[in-house]
Amino acid sequence: MTMELTTIWFALIAILWAGYFLLEGFDFGVGILLPVLGRDDRERRLLINTIGPVWDGNEVWLLVAGGATFAAFPEWYATLFSGFYLPLLIILVALILRGVAFEYRGKIDDGRWRRRWDLCIIGGSLVPAVLWGVAFGNIVRGVPLNAEHEYVGGFLDLLNPYALLGGLTTLTLFTLHGAVFLALKTDGEVRHRAGRLAATLGVPAIVVAGGFLLWTALAHHDVGGWVLSGLAALALAGAVVAARLRREGWAFLATGTTVVLATFALFVTLFPNVMPSTIDPAFSLTVDNASSTPYTLRVMTWVALAFTPIVLGYQGWTYWVFRKRLTVEHIPPAVVVPARETA
Amino acid sequence: MDALDLARWQFGITTVYHFLFVPITIGLSILVAGLQTAWVRTGRTEYLRATKFWGKLFLINFAMGVVTGIVQEFQFGMNWSDYSRFVGDIFGAPLAIEGLLAFFLESTFLGLWIFGWDRLSKKVHLACIWLAAIGTWLSAYFILAANSWMQHPVGFEVNPVSGRAELHSIAAVLTNSTTLVTFPHTITAAMVTAGAFMLAISAWHVRRRNQPEVFRPSLRLGAWVVLVAGLGVVVTGDLQARIMTEQQPMKMAAAEALYNTSQPASFSIFTVGSLDGSQEIASIRIPHLLSFMATGDPNGQVEGINDLQREYERTYGPGDYTPSIPVTYWSFRLMIGFGVLAMLVAALALWLTRGDRTPTSRVLWFAALWTFAMPLLANSFGWIFTEMGRQPWTVFGVFKTAQSVSPSVGAASVATSLGVLSLLYGVLAVVEVGLLLRYARAGAPEPPPEESDSDADRPLAFAY
Ligand code: HDD
Ligand code: HEM
Ligand code: HEM
Repeated sequence: MTMELTTIWFALIAILWAGYFLLEGFDFGVGILLPVLGRDDRERRLLINTIGPVWDGNEVWLLVAGGATFAAFPEWYATLFSGFYLPLLIILVALILRGVAFEYRGKIDDGRWRRRWDLCIIGGSLVPAVLWGVAFGNIVRGVPLNAEHEYVGGFLDLLNPYALLGGLTTLTLFTLHGAVFLALKTDGEVRHRAGRLAATLGVPAIVVAGGFLLWTALAHHDVGGWVLSGLAALALAGAVVAARLRREGWAFLATGTTVVLATFALFVTLFPNVMPSTIDPAFSLTVDNASSTPYTLRVMTWVALAFTPIVLGYQGWTYWVFRKRLTVEHIPPAVVVPARETA
Repeated sequence: MDALDLARWQFGITTVYHFLFVPITIGLSILVAGLQTAWVRTGRTEYLRATKFWGKLFLINFAMGVVTGIVQEFQFGMNWSDYSRFVGDIFGAPLAIEGLLAFFLESTFLGLWIFGWDRLSKKVHLACIWLAAIGTWLSAYFILAANSWMQHPVGFEVNPVSGRAELHSIAAVLTNSTTLVTFPHTITAAMVTAGAFMLAISAWHVRRRNQPEVFRPSLRLGAWVVLVAGLGVVVTGDLQARIMTEQQPMKMAAAEALYNTSQPASFSIFTVGSLDGSQEIASIRIPHLLSFMATGDPNGQVEGINDLQREYERTYGPGDYTPSIPVTYWSFRLMIGFGVLAMLVAALALWLTRGDRTPTSRVLWFAALWTFAMPLLANSFGWIFTEMGRQPWTVFGVFKTAQSVSPSVGAASVATSLGVLSLLYGVLAVVEVGLLLRYARAGAPEPPPEESDSDADRPLAFAY
């Protein structure tokens, strides 16, 4: 029973991360592509508004993944968050600036004001897109954990070639995913440019992500990992073909599938570890020694069963409400707030 | 300073900062939803304009609440990893449930509300703001359940083998008596905060006779909310004080700098001199009040710090079990003081603007303008009191603050994060206040033209 519940929770956490990367992945991509696809202010606002109603809901997937890890695997949460202290601080700063930027950028009609927030959106999307890959690369590769499961490495230990390739993988995949999303959600000139860019980005994405998944599979010889990586690579190839043929819906479905399958491949490779130790395998954190008690896991299972379908229902409905393609014509003139009155 | 002190400063600073935005969000979401409901039911454009005006300020504030909240979620693991290991079995559940039930609800329906003006029917659009408001309340409930468990741990046992706390009853955690009084106290305090925000900004316009059709009713609505919710704060605060005396008698003794057990005990409003019990230069005291606050009986006995310290040494072993007395003493008074002050200003504002009077006294308008700050200060002091009064424990009677800190995170790392976050929060505070002022001064939007029905290609009603 215990064994099964910990496995279920490991799977649920994999699903939460996959959901996070699937959803926030494209809004990171949109942020990264802001200077590339948005040639003037109106186009940049068009790009931002494609994710306007949904980005905060997408980010909550991260918060729930974090909270669920805390509840189901407290040791994992404690070791991971304290061990990756500085990278997480950088991610936090990026997410803070990015979140505020979406809300505040359009609030004052001034070029300098907007350019500064644009930088926050671009940097705030690019940095986490890279660092999440670096973090997961390190988790799968293993990190120096001592007998107390404390991280004893330094910041620079996290910047090894494998993890850096992981960072490059999430960066290229999310950028591609974002380009494909924009081709699907906009119309006119921007749609055309996004489609062309997606077709071009496909090749580097295949090289980088394929290389990373192959390295992972060769290093761990995990059958499930091989299968899922292979399927992810197929989906990616499909995405590239669909992008070239300008089948936008199919291309988005395929990049989404790639992101989800690649995340699953990493988690399956990791199982039953959650943080392998490079010092001594006996020091590794596993689904068993990192987990909560069966009672807590049971409570959390009921909560998840009861509420996840509802959440998926209303989040899905949001995407339906905002399904229409946007064009620059839809973007209203910038708000002009009367300048400060000196009374 | 070592890593522990730095981590405590960081936690205190980031949490108090987060809690400047949170009560405004909790309170204003309800007020905006109420105004929009009034518009949907009566069709009067003043209500629509008020909804849009307060809604815009609400969103500027909300953005800050969201981004500072993300830090909160990560901080337990980053800075308090041994705490997280010890309590994860219990403490993680409310946090995860908060995310699943509350944060998804809030963020999704707020997104629908912001962008949905022209995509949803009036009723569905109205339902969105109500669902978002309900989300903020749910979020408050679960996080307060987590915090209350630290004040008064229930429904668990410490496993002697693993040395970790293990959950035995989630029902006990979610219906903790401490949660049941903390939640209404915090929610009513949030309503006071939002009411004062409305009162202050409306006062600025009413004084200048800007858009009286929007701002006079807003001013009076804000003032009424401050008064009514303020009464709720006092009543629930009284309940809290009683429960706290029962569960954490040391906190009450510290709040009063009461060194020796007394019966009956008087309440000091103000003390000049030192608070270490040795010399008191001047003190204004109300007889029997502390006994009444702590026990409900004007002649009840209240235990003193010295006796409690001895008792705790017997129970928990040698150590210092006394929190910082000046901090607890003054934060308790400042919380109550600033809250009561806001209520006084609100009562005065209601009286002086009755009928269609508009007073001219500059002092008065100045006070009205600064009412917004009073509940914010009261909230902050309330939390500082609650949290500092619990020291040296993180989980009262079970786990100490000194045991909680992350062993693998050095002082240099914490100093870096403390510096970076403080700087970032400082800059963002300036930006956010600037925007709030700009939008507050701009006033309510003019009545919108009647929409000529759905033309698929017309510009969006709202865009970033
Ligand atoms: C507008 C804000 C505000 C106002 C006017 C008051 N409070 Fe308060 N108080 C808070 C805002 C607050 C708070 C920020 O919401 C706290 C911090 C933690 C909590 O649960 O609520 C709090 C905590 C808090 C606690 C600590 C509970 C604990 O540590 O377990 C007590 C005993 C009181 N309050 C009592 C009162 C009394 C008797 C008040 C008035 C007569 C009062 N408060 C006014
Ligand atoms: C939002 C309102 C809150 C405020 C303003 C607040 C304030 C503070 C402050 C000022 C400290 C520093 C105490 C010290 O250094 O002595 C602190 C400590 C702490 N609080 Fe709270 N707190 C809040 C809510 C919470 C909640 C909801 C939790 C748990 C869910 C929590 C958990 C902690 C922990 C773990 C510490 C660190 C240990 C310590 O130094 O005591 N706090 N808080
Ligand atoms: C230290 C403990 C706390 C943690 C870990 C925490 C966590 C968070 C997080 C992650 C968010 C952002 C959610 C989003 O993206 O939508 C948030 C916002 C919020 N939190 Fe906190 N929080 C803490 C203290 C509190 C307390 C004590 C309350 C209420 C009494 C509260 C109520 C809210 C509300 C209403 C929001 C949403 C509205 C806003 O952003 O202002 N939080 N919190």
